[in-house]
Amino acid sequence: MKALVFGMLSAALGLLPGAAGAVAPPPQEGGTIKVVSSLPRTGSAKAQTDTIVNGIVMALDEAGRKVGNFKIEYEDLDDATATAGQWTQEKEAANADQAIKDADVMVYIGTYNSGAAKISIPKLNRANLLMISPANTWPGLTKPGKGDPGEPDIYRPTGKINYTRVVPADDIQGPLGAEWAKKMGVKRVFILDDREVYGKGIADLFRARAEEIDLKVLGQEGIDAQAQEFKPLMTKIKALEPDLIYFGGTTQTKAGQVAKDMIAVGLKAKIMVPDGCFEDAFITSAGAENLNGRAFITFGGLPPEKLKGKGAAFVAAYIAKYGKKPEAYAAYGYEAGNVALEAIRRAGKKDRDAIRTAALGIRNFEGALGKWSFDKNGDTTLRTMSGNTVKDGKFEFVEVLGED
Amino acid sequence: MLTLMAAADTQGGFAIFLQQIINGITTGSLFALIAVGYTMVYGIIELINFAHGDLFMLGSFLALTLVGWLGLAVAPVFGLAAGLVLVLVLSMTFCAALNVAVDRLVYRPLRSAPKLTPLVSAIGVSFVFMGIGQLWKGVADINFPDLLPNRNLLGSEALRFTFKDLMVCLVTVPLMAGLTVFVKFTRTGKAMRATAQNPTAARLMGIDVDRVIGVTFAIGGSLAGAAAVVYGLHINTVSFQMGYQNGLYAFTAAVLGGIGNLPGAVLGGIVIGLIRSLGSQYVGEKWTSALVFAILIILLVFRPSGLLGARTREKV
Repeated sequence: MKALVFGMLSAALGLLPGAAGAVAPPPQEGGTIKVVSSLPRTGSAKAQTDTIVNGIVMALDEAGRKVGNFKIEYEDLDDATATAGQWTQEKEAANADQAIKDADVMVYIGTYNSGAAKISIPKLNRANLLMISPANTWPGLTKPGKGDPGEPDIYRPTGKINYTRVVPADDIQGPLGAEWAKKMGVKRVFILDDREVYGKGIADLFRARAEEIDLKVLGQEGIDAQAQEFKPLMTKIKALEPDLIYFGGTTQTKAGQVAKDMIAVGLKAKIMVPDGCFEDAFITSAGAENLNGRAFITFGGLPPEKLKGKGAAFVAAYIAKYGKKPEAYAAYGYEAGNVALEAIRRAGKKDRDAIRTAALGIRNFEGALGKWSFDKNGDTTLRTMSGNTVKDGKFEFVEVLGED
Repeated sequence: MLTLMAAADTQGGFAIFLQQIINGITTGSLFALIAVGYTMVYGIIELINFAHGDLFMLGSFLALTLVGWLGLAVAPVFGLAAGLVLVLVLSMTFCAALNVAVDRLVYRPLRSAPKLTPLVSAIGVSFVFMGIGQLWKGVADINFPDLLPNRNLLGSEALRFTFKDLMVCLVTVPLMAGLTVFVKFTRTGKAMRATAQNPTAARLMGIDVDRVIGVTFAIGGSLAGAAAVVYGLHINTVSFQMGYQNGLYAFTAAVLGGIGNLPGAVLGGIVIGLIRSLGSQYVGEKWTSALVFAILIILLVFRPSGLLGARTREKV
């Protein structure tokens, strides 16, 4: 395997103009630099990734598609297939390989799903290629001791860090959700998850904090995201009389149906979901009347309308350009695009390693999300989260979480 | 029933058991409606029509569109009832016509081809339908308006049998009864059974086999159309991918009951519904799908022709 990777690498380098053998090519002072993104562009996450891509495009366009003497090109890669309806390992691996082989690619924006990032981070790491995720929240991708054993070192075969993210991870969001529930007066909670890296991860973190602060956890079950309805499950949960159901999952893994089937079996509990459901598709799929006043959504940042300064300017420009309000992740796509530009600007040369190092050195960056830095793991230092609810078919901001 | 309910009130565990039986039978009857379409087509031309689940999906999309056009979400009770009957009839007609059209355009030209050819074409049709669905309503799950009251018809809150559950029975039972009468007692029904037994002999007896096959596709399609409306009203979510999972369960139901056997498909559907609901209660939600297929495998080891299947003709 190792030999194969080296073979591929040297093959990739061989394509570079002026490459001498297996050593890195001399950095160039001008020319074309390519930024690619790898997101699920087909299937049910499309609405959310459309908005991320719009954000990236706006960031690049605002810079006139150039940094210094470099012309910036952008390619929008899809890591999903129509048949799967969501990202697949094969597509994500192929995207990473394509980016590595293309000598012009200097920045890889992605992924949307944490599971997909696990595939591409080590590949890109070997190629010294900078990765910026607008949406991955699984803590193990960056934080030692916060994920599975061996994480995040297994993603860094070279020992260097090449992966950054502009979104706060779930080790903040999950526990804050539990604290928010307690504050609302919830006493008995049942936890569901979608058995995926993101959903199960955040549900476990919610559970750990809930037990610490004496919320009664009645049980935890993994659902089958392919199932069409959950009435039997809800019947079972109803008998346990919870005040709240926490669902660790996304709109794509049936959050809407979970909310709906609670009502169908006459379960009068609240439902709390993480940021994977912070999109209009959640309301459309659940039916607005089924969520009214009883659904609570945590989100690893502020909703678009609460952004200030550069963020507010971005939202206004977005509405002017696309004629509709950006979804929650648009600002993260925009931020990722700007971070890519900033890294290229700081590096000042077309060299993957220089750009990677420059990105990790970003401190006190004034972006759409506020003023933040990358910490030693490549994580954003942003900590503010928001608690939201649904009222009359629209998300409504309730309060800022985690400030005290 | 009253004593049952009294028992339910005193014993929480038993009430939950009964509730899961109700849950299982209602969703199981939906699987059954779709399964009948698989089993009829298989019985007559030995084709597993993989596009059937996606036909059902398109039916539910049509129903959703019609509900919007007719403004049923805000209609008064009487208008709602009339509107729903209209939606049901139109959806059934639409699916029947579409199924017949697919037979004419895709399967009939391949009638004498090796068996794998129409099978692979059916998978192709399934993808085409999914593509149409995706273009029609997009990729996200869509809420199907909650048109029927979710009111419990039983006096006790310990056990729920809602108006929606009743609606499922009100549509499925007459359709199944009607189908049985049709197949058993009409001339066309007799011709269908004859064709299923031996198409060549049936043709020699003067039966227009192509017409009989067309009728079979029409009936199977119309039941999928009915299932689509009932599904929308009961589950309240539709998506372009729903045909796959429901089709898989329905197909499994058909195999479980004995493929080619009509009562078997109904029984298979209800058994799967029950395995799902009881499995979720007593084993664990994440095991329900595995449980369904584990039971299928075990059953097929001991009864290779399914629960009610008797004939052992060559299978694909």
